[in-house]
Amino acid sequence: MKTIAEFSIQFHQYLNEEGQIVQALPAFANDHAHLIRLYTSMQRTRLLDAKAVIMQRTGKMGTYPSSLGQEAVATGLGDAMKPEDVFCPYYRDQGAMLERGVTLTEILSYWGGDERGADFQVPREDFPVSVPIATQCLHACGVAYAFKYRKQPRVAVTSLGEGGTSEGAFYEAINLAGMWNLPVVFVINNNQWAISVPRNIQTHAQTIAQKAIAGGIEGVQVDGNDVIAVREIVGRAVEKARSGNGPTVVEAVTYRLSDHTTADDAKRYWNEEVVKTAFAKEPLIRLRRYLTEQGAWNDEKEKQLIDQLSQELDQAIKDYANKASQPAENIMDFTFKELPEALLHQREILLGENHG
Amino acid sequence: MAEITLAEAITQALAYEMQADKNVVVFGEDVATNGGVFRTTLGLLQKFGPDRVLDTPLAEGMIGGMAIGMASQGLKPVAEFQFEGFMYPAFDQIVSHASRMRTRTRGRLTCPVVYRAPWGGGIHAPEHHSESNEAYFAHIPGIRVVIPSSPARAYGLLLAAIRDPDPVVFLEPKRIYRMVKQNVPDTGEALPLDQCFVLREGSDITLVTWGAYTVESLQAAEQLAQEGIQTEVIDLATISPIDSATILESVEKTGRLMIVHEAPKNCGVGAEIAALVAEHALTSLVAPIQRVTGFDTMMPYYKLENFYMPSVARIMATAKQLMEYA
Ligand SMILES: Cc1ncc(C[n+]2csc(CCOP(=O)(O)OP(=O)(O)O)c2C)c(N)n1
Repeated sequence: MKTIAEFSIQFHQYLNEEGQIVQALPAFANDHAHLIRLYTSMQRTRLLDAKAVIMQRTGKMGTYPSSLGQEAVATGLGDAMKPEDVFCPYYRDQGAMLERGVTLTEILSYWGGDERGADFQVPREDFPVSVPIATQCLHACGVAYAFKYRKQPRVAVTSLGEGGTSEGAFYEAINLAGMWNLPVVFVINNNQWAISVPRNIQTHAQTIAQKAIAGGIEGVQVDGNDVIAVREIVGRAVEKARSGNGPTVVEAVTYRLSDHTTADDAKRYWNEEVVKTAFAKEPLIRLRRYLTEQGAWNDEKEKQLIDQLSQELDQAIKDYANKASQPAENIMDFTFKELPEALLHQREILLGENHG
Repeated sequence: MAEITLAEAITQALAYEMQADKNVVVFGEDVATNGGVFRTTLGLLQKFGPDRVLDTPLAEGMIGGMAIGMASQGLKPVAEFQFEGFMYPAFDQIVSHASRMRTRTRGRLTCPVVYRAPWGGGIHAPEHHSESNEAYFAHIPGIRVVIPSSPARAYGLLLAAIRDPDPVVFLEPKRIYRMVKQNVPDTGEALPLDQCFVLREGSDITLVTWGAYTVESLQAAEQLAQEGIQTEVIDLATISPIDSATILESVEKTGRLMIVHEAPKNCGVGAEIAALVAEHALTSLVAPIQRVTGFDTMMPYYKLENFYMPSVARIMATAKQLMEYA
């Protein structure tokens, strides 16, 4: 008997939960302005989520998936991408989508039940949010193949929850990505829950990152509440992919500090003590603490930022609320490029019912 | 005795049959601790324990396929898909294996699985949570497709589905999960599969529908009656195979047929019913068969959802058109 293969999974953290540096910072993190940008993005996401949840409660928003506690994952991965890359998001990626240039109003519209919220004005090649879990992993592989085929130095990034890594589509994607050496990065938001199903009964694997090994690709784990680690490690994976050195699975370990969505009631299955502990580790506190100790942040700046972001959000909510509703025929007019004869008759019925 | 909702009737049927038959096992995403996202499996974990009520990993292909293996060993799996729009990874298992195990082995192995899923629109849910996909399954030989439309029928039909020796896709109209309450005695009495239910008798028009659209259809029938038009409302209940006898008998009486369903019209189950009547009762008809259905489009996001859903007004207008033929 001899050992023919051995694997290990590395865990990366720069900023611990006390906001202390545990290893030499990557270059970008020595630039306070960059860290403040990341902090701003995380706050923007947090404010958006809080507001959207309130709007849902008062009937102004559909079912909404907050990303409370996981802002560092989305912000870090969004910041690690270049504009010309392509993102295939899942439904808890609003933070990353904002980084990509999707607007607050577009995000509100989408979750407000309006298809126009998926017609992004900026990242024109990014995919809309994928609701059928893990299906987007394969889209990212296809996008990545197109980049490779055309010899473009671009990268496809996709993300999903740890629960999603139980789906066949995820395994199929990492296998293909490895086999074809595709420029794709899979980011796993391991927030410990898939609705009511905890991480420990989702998979017997010790880490989610190690699932990459089966696809013959690299898997790494990062502290998903440390935005510096997420930005750095996803950034390395993205640049590795860009330079032709293959795909990576990055598992970001974090905690879902809200209900799964507004349709869920986590109190039914949560342990309040565990959640309390998790709250102490959330990503914004630690970065704020670090920046404050560095003399780069203070209460006055915090207040200014919140004011500025709140105004921005209020404006977006106004734009969302004031947006003229879509005409009835929009339910049909995008079914095909040209409406087939068979649908013209149905269109008349639709218009007859709704315009007179 | 307390009155219960359709959702509670599902739970009551599951609990009854789990008590009666220890081969019944219930599994799916969030069904155990959480009792299902619609709470249709609430309390089953506490009553029957974690070996019979299982939270599975998040993978529908796995849920669909594992059920087939269990069934081959004499277990009676009741597998839940969280929403109808997430059944598709299991479609391969259902069409390629569940449906044909009996045929392929000439009855040596069988597949008494129940595949449950909340189904249909009208609850302002996100994308993929409002689909009416019964026709996809109805097209598969060897698969029964059942859709209840009241608490009592949910209870009786689910019991029948679990006891049935063959695979059943059991779609639950989520829009009416909690719309009405009914007294549903927990007697363990099943209702027959492969049979329609006549919900209202009438002599002028036969209206065939199922699931949540029994509600709008009965409303329309009530209003039409005030205008002197008597509509016979038939709940198809077993979508496949179709109970043609009940429908044909009704059409022979009324001479007029309309079908109301939420799914798109193109190749919807309404087309099958229309064809059956055209084949067997064409000479009884005094008017062309009419279908009132969803449009041939994607289910819109919820802001435009109401434009998609067939309205009571459209059902009534169509009925009146039918009455123009004598
Ligand atoms: C294919 C599919 N199955 C089921 C669902 C219903 N569903 C929505 S979210 C969810 C849990 C997802 O958990 P995870 O992948 O860990 O991501 P998280 O939501 O925690 O970010 C489930 C089961 C779905 N959207 N798609």
